[in-house]
Amino acid sequence: MPLRRPLRLSALDRKLLRDLWALKGQAAAIAFVIAGGVSVYLVMAGLLSSLEETRRAYYDRYRFADVWAPVVRAPYALLDEIRRIDGVQAAEARVRVPALFEMPGMAEPASGQVLSLPDYGLPAVNQVHLVRGRLPRPGARSEALVLQGFATAHRLEIGDTIPATIYGGRLDVRIVGIALSPEHVYAIAPGQIVPDPRLFGVLWMGRDALSEAVNQEGAFNEAVARLSHGANEAAVIAALDRLLDPYGAAGAYGREDQVSNAFVSSEIDQLRTMSNVLPPIFLVVAAFLVNVVISRLIATERNEIGLMKAFGYSDLDVVVHYLKLVAAVAALGLAVGAALGLWMGHALAGVYTEFFSFPLFVFRADPRVYVLVVFVTVAATAGGAAAAVRRAARLEPAAAMTPPAPPDYSRAAGSAVTRLALLDQQTRMVLRQIVRFPGRAAFTVAGVAVSGALLVATLFFLDAMQVMIRVYFSVANRYDVQVVFTEARSTPALFELARAPGVLHAEPYRRVAARLRAGHFEERASITGQPLDASLSRLVNAERKPVVPVPGGLVLSRDLAEKLHVAAGDLLEVAVTEGRRPVLTIPVAAVTTTFIGSDARMLIHELNAALQEGAVISGANLLVDASLERSLYAELEGRPAVAGIALQREAERNFTELMDRSIGLSVWVYTAFAALIAVGVVYNTVRISFAERQRELASLRVLGFTRGEVSYILLGEIAFLTLAALPLGAALGAVLAWALAQAMSSELFRLPFVIDAGTFGYAAVVVVVVTAVSALLVRRQLDRMDLVGVLKSRD
Amino acid sequence: MAATEPEASTEPCFRTEGLTKIYGSGHSAVHALRGVDLVLPERELVVLLGASGSGKSTLLNILGGLDRPTGGRLFFRGTELTNASQRALTQYRRRHVGFVFQFYNLMASLTARENVALVTEIAENPLAPEEALRLVGLEQRLEHFPAQLSGGEQQRVAIARAIAKQPSVLLCDEPTGALDSATGVRVLEALRDVNDRLGATTLLITHNAAVAEMADRVITFSDGRVREDRVNATRKAPRELSW
Repeated sequence: MPLRRPLRLSALDRKLLRDLWALKGQAAAIAFVIAGGVSVYLVMAGLLSSLEETRRAYYDRYRFADVWAPVVRAPYALLDEIRRIDGVQAAEARVRVPALFEMPGMAEPASGQVLSLPDYGLPAVNQVHLVRGRLPRPGARSEALVLQGFATAHRLEIGDTIPATIYGGRLDVRIVGIALSPEHVYAIAPGQIVPDPRLFGVLWMGRDALSEAVNQEGAFNEAVARLSHGANEAAVIAALDRLLDPYGAAGAYGREDQVSNAFVSSEIDQLRTMSNVLPPIFLVVAAFLVNVVISRLIATERNEIGLMKAFGYSDLDVVVHYLKLVAAVAALGLAVGAALGLWMGHALAGVYTEFFSFPLFVFRADPRVYVLVVFVTVAATAGGAAAAVRRAARLEPAAAMTPPAPPDYSRAAGSAVTRLALLDQQTRMVLRQIVRFPGRAAFTVAGVAVSGALLVATLFFLDAMQVMIRVYFSVANRYDVQVVFTEARSTPALFELARAPGVLHAEPYRRVAARLRAGHFEERASITGQPLDASLSRLVNAERKPVVPVPGGLVLSRDLAEKLHVAAGDLLEVAVTEGRRPVLTIPVAAVTTTFIGSDARMLIHELNAALQEGAVISGANLLVDASLERSLYAELEGRPAVAGIALQREAERNFTELMDRSIGLSVWVYTAFAALIAVGVVYNTVRISFAERQRELASLRVLGFTRGEVSYILLGEIAFLTLAALPLGAALGAVLAWALAQAMSSELFRLPFVIDAGTFGYAAVVVVVVTAVSALLVRRQLDRMDLVGVLKSRD
Repeated sequence: MAATEPEASTEPCFRTEGLTKIYGSGHSAVHALRGVDLVLPERELVVLLGASGSGKSTLLNILGGLDRPTGGRLFFRGTELTNASQRALTQYRRRHVGFVFQFYNLMASLTARENVALVTEIAENPLAPEEALRLVGLEQRLEHFPAQLSGGEQQRVAIARAIAKQPSVLLCDEPTGALDSATGVRVLEALRDVNDRLGATTLLITHNAAVAEMADRVITFSDGRVREDRVNATRKAPRELSW
């Protein structure tokens, strides 16, 4: 009856528990390192799989489109033909127009768009998720759904009214429901780099009501389609372009060019890179450290192992005993790491839901991730333990009965530096210890250097972000307000804007959507025409110097040039997808590296000449007197020609906040783990050195050396090695940062490789402080050392 | 700290009054010393005999400033050490005490000469390390590391290290315990020699009663008390001992 038998631990297991207790400091430090590696892996891999899975489920469930085909105005009857295109599984034709919203209590104008919903039933493509309320009633002139982010930012409730300027016409829209949409997971205004739920809103109205308001009765200006499984997207896009060409097709595009999806994809790509690069580094470093630390720890148990064997325990008993010890430490590390990982995963998932609106975002790590993490941890710890235990088990029991032979330093003394007469004996001991055990010294240096390098590489992100923000907002885009017209307007519109209240300087720009082609490569991009002397918005190169468009050609950002496989001097076919839609041939004049976004620029008069639409502008960048901002906004809101207004100060604030909240948060998480690893390595190194040299240190105390003098021998070594590790860590960190900068750069961002001197300093300070604290903890043990007990024992 | 001041010539090297030492408390209390009164004159070689746990090592540790008594008083050359601070005891050990242990406790990373230099560098009036090693017959082994020396040689380096500072007292806890008899004799000869030449009061703990015959004074411990304190009329040379 096993249930009745009282639980009794064997003597060995009791020894195990007591050993664990005696080693609690070191065991905890090793467990920390494991936990660091495990939790980083869980968080990153978990966020990645959660985001991917959530997006997949959301897109499926709400029938997210595969292709968007904007047109100027096409008859609604064309929808049947679109549905018959080979590969199209479902399609909708809808109206989509820009709008301005006058939000009470906010001086700045909010912009956004209004989309049509079928009057009856749900759309077959791009359904909305109704959070609360109801759909607009058919024919109800002013009923609308509002995007949840915008509603929350303005505390809008069902029944509230929003004064809107839609396509030049004024309309008071009444909210009947609050919704989410797969098209607006990342709700961002066109041309912006960060979302601001206060400044960008989306409304959905019934098709009839919206068509009537914007003169699209019986027509649509955008077709959206879902493709059947295995359909060829390019073929469908080509078919749509052909079909819609007579109606002013701007060119159909797929999900990769859909703004919200592009941002989500970019985030997923970055997460994937992050989780492919950083957590494995953490896990491998943790595994390496654990391996070495455990093998040294068990080496100090040499005599106990001899004794156990003398008592008749088999080699296997001994090996199992120590593997249990290691398993306990590994289990603790795994448990703490898993708990920490899940907790942080949930916390980070919370941050994600602030920027990405999903109906449901659940943090859930893939079970395979857990299996991998457990496997690596077990392999690392058990591997480290097995080698050391096997070595220990080979020890003859009799060897434990005689005093251990002192380690032979005669070779180490051959090193001339340790013979220097001017050295005192303590320094000589420190140096010879290092020379005699170079592997051990190298491990300490490597461990400290890697912790430092991880700190540098993670903090580097903050430096790179800062440079990105500074260059983007202070050098490249120095305007306060960007005004976008509903359609190209002639030059007098610029003078009107220049005369608006508070405008200090107005600079025009012309922007057209186009398909750039070189050979069989094609990219959708917008081409911006700017004046020669533009100072408010311009391209900036990697040296952070403005690049002036060269007469007679296009200046491309490097990412575009690479995707098109072109270099300066090559010819580009530019198929403009709006207006007269001419197909032009323009040479690439220069390629320049930009940090944020893609760009293609030329001189405005050359662009206008090529387009043959006269001297027109798409909008203007304004420098504004801050004290007159409110009157300017009021003025702009009332102008029907204004489709959108972008406020740079808000954008910079949002961008900085986004960086702080998402990237900043993960940087601090990584930094904390790097520090944790530093603690694990350094504390264990010092602690094991102490265990190994306890007897010598006690002898010195007996000989009349003070605590300070004795500490010098123990801590001098670690101080020396830490100092040696600092430059190595800085170099390693720089290499790692460079690799991360390459790996993390996406279509939307390119991380500049800049490491602030302060980052090196900060990493060094963390390493030194961690070392000092570990050293002080061990120093306390040194002070409490039982001199008599240590010296009386054999080892 | 007064313990570091020079001695008054009329005082013995050590004087103890009712020295007690209790480890632990309550039921688990161990009375290691139960009232020890001793007067140990300068320059004597004293052998401490007694079974394990009889209190001899405890006394040696207290005399050497490694441990403090629970009760009673302890004087070194007339200066009371009973309640000296840790710092003062460290200075006392540094200036006056040489230790030799059963397991040598040499620094493995230092040569014989450097092991001795370790102490002479912090001593006030030391012998040259070479001189100290010559005294124990190791002048040919100056540059050898502990790993390259036999047990007896290692112990003699330990003795050279202990005497190089010209200590006032030399405390040896079973210095021959880990050695074979021939080697043990060489070590004892070195101790006898050093005691004769340098005049350091030498206390030597041993389990080997035969060693007592080389001493000026033999103190036998039993159950935390001094059972016998006798002075040898004649001393044998270590070579004449039979064990």
